[in-house]
Amino acid sequence: MSQFAINLLFVGASFALYIGIAIWARAGSTKEFYVAGGGVHPITNGMATAADWMSAASFISMAGLIASGGYANSTYLMGWTGGFVILAMLLAPYLRKFGKFTVPDFIGERFYSPTARVVAVVCLIIASVTYVIGQMTGAGVAFSRFLEVPSTWGIWIAALTVFFYAVLGGMKGITYTQVAQYVVLIVAYTIPAVFIAMQLTGNPIPMFGMFSTHSESGVPLLQKLDDVVVALGFQDYTADVDNKLNMLLFTLSLMIGTAGLPHVIIRFFTVPKVADARWSAGWALVFIALLYLTAPAVASMARLNLMTTVYPEMTGQVEDYEAAAAEPILYEDRPAWFQTWEETGLITFNDLNDDGRIQFYNDANAGFEGTATERGWAGNELTVNNDILVLANPEIANLPGWVVGLIAAGGIAAALSTAAGLLLAISSAISHDLIKNTINPNISEKKEMLAARISMGGAILLATYLGLNPPGFAAQTVALAFGIAAASLFPVLMMGIFSTRMNSAGAVCGMLAGLTCTLLYIFTYLGWFFIPGTNMLPNTPDNWFIGISPLSFGAVGALINFAVAFAVSSVTAPPPREIQELVESVRYPKGAGAAIDH
Amino acid sequence: MMADDKSNAAAYWKANVRLIFGCLVVWAFVSYGCAILFRPLLASISIGGTDLGFWFAQQGSILTFIALIFFYAWRMNQLDKKYGLGE
Repeated sequence: MSQFAINLLFVGASFALYIGIAIWARAGSTKEFYVAGGGVHPITNGMATAADWMSAASFISMAGLIASGGYANSTYLMGWTGGFVILAMLLAPYLRKFGKFTVPDFIGERFYSPTARVVAVVCLIIASVTYVIGQMTGAGVAFSRFLEVPSTWGIWIAALTVFFYAVLGGMKGITYTQVAQYVVLIVAYTIPAVFIAMQLTGNPIPMFGMFSTHSESGVPLLQKLDDVVVALGFQDYTADVDNKLNMLLFTLSLMIGTAGLPHVIIRFFTVPKVADARWSAGWALVFIALLYLTAPAVASMARLNLMTTVYPEMTGQVEDYEAAAAEPILYEDRPAWFQTWEETGLITFNDLNDDGRIQFYNDANAGFEGTATERGWAGNELTVNNDILVLANPEIANLPGWVVGLIAAGGIAAALSTAAGLLLAISSAISHDLIKNTINPNISEKKEMLAARISMGGAILLATYLGLNPPGFAAQTVALAFGIAAASLFPVLMMGIFSTRMNSAGAVCGMLAGLTCTLLYIFTYLGWFFIPGTNMLPNTPDNWFIGISPLSFGAVGALINFAVAFAVSSVTAPPPREIQELVESVRYPKGAGAAIDH
Repeated sequence: MMADDKSNAAAYWKANVRLIFGCLVVWAFVSYGCAILFRPLLASISIGGTDLGFWFAQQGSILTFIALIFFYAWRMNQLDKKYGLGE
């Protein structure tokens, strides 16, 4: 069977499974559509949350980011997991006790203000729409690489499948497809990692293999990697960072952004009890950690594999790194996977010194220039896109064709499961918060369901359009989504639970202040609305305010939100008696029914 | 709500906030502390070709996070029972 047929089989089988689940799990009421009926088992919900949370970025890009950045990019690992600790302790159980369907629902009622509800809806939609663009383009890339269809087709096929199960089944259909998608993606991620860990270290568990001895050289793997990359002018893989403040704030921003993202929060409305919301957060993190503990191992091993592919002399015990570095592989001897990925343009080679060999080194390192000139190198000749490390892993390690097919299905599963969760958050905010609770409170349940399905369809069309015509700023939008969630949604949700005194004026001013400051800071360095050339200051560390990068500013925005909210709240009237009682009632589990309609 | 119920609920909330505070101290210590700020101090403790701070950044903090959530869920179930405020 050809590789194409195998990939088609794996992707086709996984799609048939998702559609089968969609037909089985149709939604019959708004409660089923918004919160899957409220009876999802905490472990099932944990698995669905893991798939909901782990996007194309986690599956495809994260290991590549760590491989290129080493220790400095550990921020993603800690940031995208640590958020679940604050979610489990500061938000999920209380919002579950509150027992409504959406995040703006809580903000609107707790702050007894339609304005607060609408501001929350706007924040939710901006954060979710920007996030969904990445998922659609991610699915398109996976399709075009593995199924040899143009990525336009890939995006349409993905959109149709999501349309089928999300419109038909709402949260109920999404929950059970996410469980299936989790299984597909975790199997796809771990199998190649186990094989590679075995090959490099003899230890089948990647998270342990990473800290064991590299079989061929007899040196610890990470030390071997440090030696190899340093010999080529790159920074040590395990090198410490100087700007600790920025690293800390970036991690914090990712954590509170994670906790504030509505598509993750609404998953905790689907469990039967408050105690289940707490357990479920723990299970979600267990399932997420299976990938997140493996990713750094994949990163270090793939980086070493890539280096020793180009410099075969560096594979074993190296006496003289100088001599080993002098003989990179001949371009005509490059392996087959190298050629496949060259066709996609994600690996490019340019023989600057015309010696027929691939010189792969850090030509941006001024201190290394002398060595490079001595060796007769005229600049770095190889560029490798970070995103291919996970996708090409099975081919680099010479694994059988079915593993490649599995990776294709896994990458698409990761993108689709996150897209579906985001689309549900968007459509429920429109049909429930805008139509039912703001414009027409007398709408019947049947009509609300129809409105929910139509807004879901509309959201999918918008996401497909943006996936097909990604705005130039697609890569930066993740910063935007996390910045908004961290600086606007997380603080008001937390204050709404932990402060009985916080009033409507404080919450609205806090949200707007946090949001405005964060957007201004991001736009100052990345351009107004990300239009190239409109940035007021160059986006380099010397220009950042006390060394804080625009990506790390969400945490500062959150701080501004808290400060403004408390200041405004303290000089305005306290919230009415019944609101203070509502806050007290969400604090203990007693009396929580299933998520209720009103 | 009767006065007794009210002070009982307040005591439950106080115990919960104290527990959260304790858990978040550990949460911050492993991630911001061991993995970032104190990494130079832990440099002498080596583990598999690198140092303990690196291990915390890429493995240890995640493992601690899982333990923290389960510990919190377990303790809260006890508090729910003790104060009679569970479901």
